[in-house]
Amino acid sequence: MKKLVIDVERCKSCGICIEHCPAGLLVLSREINSKGYRPVRMKDEEKCNSCLLCALVCPDLVITVYR
Amino acid sequence: MRLIKGYPVSLKEKEFHYCPGCTHGLAHRLIAEVLDELEIREEAIGVASVGCSVLAYEYFNCDMQQAAHGRAPAVATGIKRVHPDKVVFTYQGDGDLASIGLAELIHAANRGEKITVIFINNAIYGMTGGQMAPTTLPGQRTSTSPAGRSSSETGFPLKIAELLSTVEGVAYLARVSLHDPAHIVEGKRAIKTAFEYQLAGRGFSLVEILAACPTNWGMTPLKALEFVRDEMLKVYPKGVYRRLEK
Repeated sequence: MKKLVIDVERCKSCGICIEHCPAGLLVLSREINSKGYRPVRMKDEEKCNSCLLCALVCPDLVITVYR
Repeated sequence: MRLIKGYPVSLKEKEFHYCPGCTHGLAHRLIAEVLDELEIREEAIGVASVGCSVLAYEYFNCDMQQAAHGRAPAVATGIKRVHPDKVVFTYQGDGDLASIGLAELIHAANRGEKITVIFINNAIYGMTGGQMAPTTLPGQRTSTSPAGRSSSETGFPLKIAELLSTVEGVAYLARVSLHDPAHIVEGKRAIKTAFEYQLAGRGFSLVEILAACPTNWGMTPLKALEFVRDEMLKVYPKGVYRRLEK
């Protein structure tokens, strides 16, 4: 099961989570969602320790975190 | 695997219409999390304002009422007096609260109405296209002050937290910022305290939240957060401005 569940349809590519991930694991994906934004994508799930910072700063409730 | 951070029950699963990087979504989530944690969703009645947050009633999963421009504290007063056992809050921006609705706000505060006001201060009129607000910083460019706000012509930023700090009906008054994780946690604590003051029947409570408006400021979402940290916090210092002790 994934540590981060990213609701790609809600994401608006603001990039605030990317800036705040201490391990630099989040990037914008190449695909676009139905709103025309490039949603955020997890680069390397193994290295994620579910620190919550991405979900804490996200203004659009895109990210659900499991540990 | 255990769920650590999910979707608050007090928010409907509807996608926000707000621009990328807008602080409104964050403020919505913090209020919803507080309603969940205090288990007051069933008793809560929110009053939405006019502005970008006019559609707040579409997002909060509790009873909501829409008020005329600036009149949310007056409507909330009526609701609270008819339903004293309910938890009543208003959600207002700076164009709504600090400009057209200032009279309603000050008198509701002075009467010590047992309501909670969440005030989103992004120093600009958002929905109408980025005009200058009473809270606009000196020198800040907006669509009606293209050369920057001139204090000699249009005055100074209106500091609502300082203004209300002398009003005796106010039980809890704080200003917070949501520009980084530490401040977000602090902001949520202030919102929770404000609701706790209302639940204890202590009087009027208000939390001023410094917010970013990347679209109308003409900045990227990250630059807008830096503007809040570097410019807005200088003019609007965070802190607890009034807190009635027991």
